[in-house]
Amino acid sequence: MEERKSISINVLLIFNQKIMYKPIIYRLAGDFDIVFNVLEAKILPKQEGRIILELQGKEENLQRCIEYLKNEQVQVEILADKMHRDDSRCIHCGACTAVCRTDALSINRATMEVIFIPEKCVACGLCIMACPMKAMSGIAIDKDIDNETIAQ
Amino acid sequence: METVPIKKTYEEINARIKKGEAVVVTAEEMVNIVKREGVKSAFKKVDVVTTGTFGAMCSSGAFLNFGHTTPRMKATKVWLNDVEAYGGLAAVDCYIGATQVQEDDPLNKVHPGKFQYGGGHVIEDLIAGRPVRLRAKAYGTDCYPLREFEKTITIRDLRNAFLYNPRNCYQNYNCAVNCSKKTIYTYMGILRPHMANATYSSAGQLSPLLKDPYYWTIGTGTKIFLAGSVGVVTWQGTQHSPNCIRGENGIPKEGAGTIAVTGDMKQMNARYIRGASITGYGCSLFVGIGIPIPILNEELAYFTGIGDEEIFCQVIDYGNDYPLGQPKSLGEVSYAQLKSGQIHILGKTIPTAPLSSYPMAREIACKLKQWIQDQKFTLGIPQFPLPTIPCTITIE
Repeated sequence: MEERKSISINVLLIFNQKIMYKPIIYRLAGDFDIVFNVLEAKILPKQEGRIILELQGKEENLQRCIEYLKNEQVQVEILADKMHRDDSRCIHCGACTAVCRTDALSINRATMEVIFIPEKCVACGLCIMACPMKAMSGIAIDKDIDNETIAQ
Repeated sequence: METVPIKKTYEEINARIKKGEAVVVTAEEMVNIVKREGVKSAFKKVDVVTTGTFGAMCSSGAFLNFGHTTPRMKATKVWLNDVEAYGGLAAVDCYIGATQVQEDDPLNKVHPGKFQYGGGHVIEDLIAGRPVRLRAKAYGTDCYPLREFEKTITIRDLRNAFLYNPRNCYQNYNCAVNCSKKTIYTYMGILRPHMANATYSSAGQLSPLLKDPYYWTIGTGTKIFLAGSVGVVTWQGTQHSPNCIRGENGIPKEGAGTIAVTGDMKQMNARYIRGASITGYGCSLFVGIGIPIPILNEELAYFTGIGDEEIFCQVIDYGNDYPLGQPKSLGEVSYAQLKSGQIHILGKTIPTAPLSSYPMAREIACKLKQWIQDQKFTLGIPQFPLPTIPCTITIE
């Protein structure tokens, strides 16, 4: 079989109260050969658990593991699809780069323009707060999921 | 201004502009020309250097006249999209300030507040041609009986709309850090504790007043690029302060000079003027300004050719010192260091982030250059100088 390249994605997993105490994540390593790295987690006892994971593995394995999580009733949000920059509002001031912890937002030193790499984003939401132009939008670990965003 | 030696006059340069023969370069280009060819050659070659800046300028606002109503009204309270404008002027005049926030805004009750909409946003909406809800109240007089008025308007319905900003274009500005133990939300952005990040807000080598450090060519009557239109410098700005710390090259190393500017909002372009929401601080307005610097003598060729590595600013603690009104400098850094992405202060390496847009500053300088090359813009000769101090720099 052809050897496929390993890729990495950041996901937000939301565990509702019915499943939040069930062991689920450990199976990603054993059953799907996924390397996972916990980037952020927030647990509201008996209500909800949220965790942001970086998942690394072969593309088909990543797809299978996401299927598995969904079957277990975990809400899966791919963060690269969820954070959005409105390019008509962005003026490339750079205020967001003061707070971005993962270099998803960084400055091209030659042009001084702000580069946005959604794949590196962990949806901490700080750029939404830092942007004076309201150019950044999306979900964050402690923000309500916008239903319209999900529908799209 | 009499003391400024003029070797190339405004009239000569304007005549060259009108013939399409003027040599116009941006401040970025001038830095390279002076490096490559020296000051004397740059002086002979270049007629005008264009500059640009695009950052938050809180001391901004607009005089609006919404035209007489029928029956007539002397509006004393005025709101635009529920943002109050000052109505203590004649009948249907008002002044809307950039930092005024919308009525019922929760402000910082839940800290840090979001400040979603304010005067700056109203100004942007008007310039973009978007509809705005106008509401006015009056006590009624024999000659102005109407007491209430409400209408959805656009800028076309306004009889006059003049931007009038009493303090713009700060010559230089602080670099901000936070020495306290908690995250703070300031007009210099979000500053993490223990000096974990630093922010700054100047276009450095592109910034207008840094290129004419003694205000020889900038005064009442200087024509400028103002938010996409041709505006004018009207006066010194509030807090204008030529007596500042300066380097051996004459360039201020702190705040220093400011200008008041005005222009017709109906001619402006919303790309170059944007309402801003600064978390935990308030509303503001990002203003795009470009100033042409005529190269009247060798000294101006020298000044306009000074690059980021020779322009410095002070690092100030916004966690303790600044709010207490006791700012002391923690050190000096150059704009070249700031733009590299990190600075070294008190033995610590700190990542930096800009707050004013350098790409937009460059775009404005290029646009102004294009206007002059296309003979659409000539130099305004300053009629009244800004207060200044004697210059000790001479080019032999």
